[in-house]
Amino acid sequence: MVWQSMWMYLKVFVVGGALCAIGELLCLLTKLTPARILVAYILTGVALSAFGLYGPLVDFAGAGATVPLTGFGHSLCQGVIHGVQERGWIGAFCGGLTATAGGIAAAIFFGTIVALVSKPRMKGR
Amino acid sequence: MNRQKIHTDPIHYNQLTKQVSPPSKLGQGLLRSFWVGGVICVLGQVIADVGTGLLKMSTTDGYCLTAIVLVFLTAVLTGIGVFDKIGQYAGAGSFVPITGFANAMVSPAVEFRREGMVLGLGAKLFTIAGPVLVYGISASVLVGIIYAILYH
Repeated sequence: MVWQSMWMYLKVFVVGGALCAIGELLCLLTKLTPARILVAYILTGVALSAFGLYGPLVDFAGAGATVPLTGFGHSLCQGVIHGVQERGWIGAFCGGLTATAGGIAAAIFFGTIVALVSKPRMKGR
Repeated sequence: MNRQKIHTDPIHYNQLTKQVSPPSKLGQGLLRSFWVGGVICVLGQVIADVGTGLLKMSTTDGYCLTAIVLVFLTAVLTGIGVFDKIGQYAGAGSFVPITGFANAMVSPAVEFRREGMVLGLGAKLFTIAGPVLVYGISASVLVGIIYAILYH
């Protein structure tokens, strides 16, 4: 049992770390800005998920696959597909944001609170 | 500063920069982003396991809890200025996970708050998150429409 969960955490670490290292490689070799890499990651996640390739990675590595931004794209895509299965075509519009609402709402809410209570600082200090 | 000396010869200039820069910037960057990104994901897995184990959530809700807690931690660390230092050290290791998405929202919101509550804080919250959501949501709706046409 202990070894089983240690093995799981090792897979999470290696897959999550590898996805980040690929991002760093893109950053260093292509001079893409982080914002463009984030957009590329979410689009890659949506595409891989649509072809059923990202689901197995989530089964294999858990949070190692869901925490990087590709996992965010995967959640959007799976939300849309489940939405269509349960509610028909309207699910194409309702499903994606329903599945990702937690992360987005949290980022807006905590972002606003933190911006209200912290002092503006100069960047790069 | 002796500018003339530096601009003499491009080949010589390249040799000089090679001498001055650290041995393997690429290798070091990859290693740092790998271990920091991996640790953030392991932390995410611990949160998901607490959610599904102790709080009896479904797997989906567990990963949702992971996102919320990581976003919360990032917002706080960004507010006190610690996240910028992690970002400088780890590069993509900090901005590829959902922590980067959260930092990309909180950081400009803090910086531009003085420009007002609506066009400062409210608008700048989406400087980088905006494009990510625009293309992510558009692509997923497209997938949904194709899926609906094919299977319904």
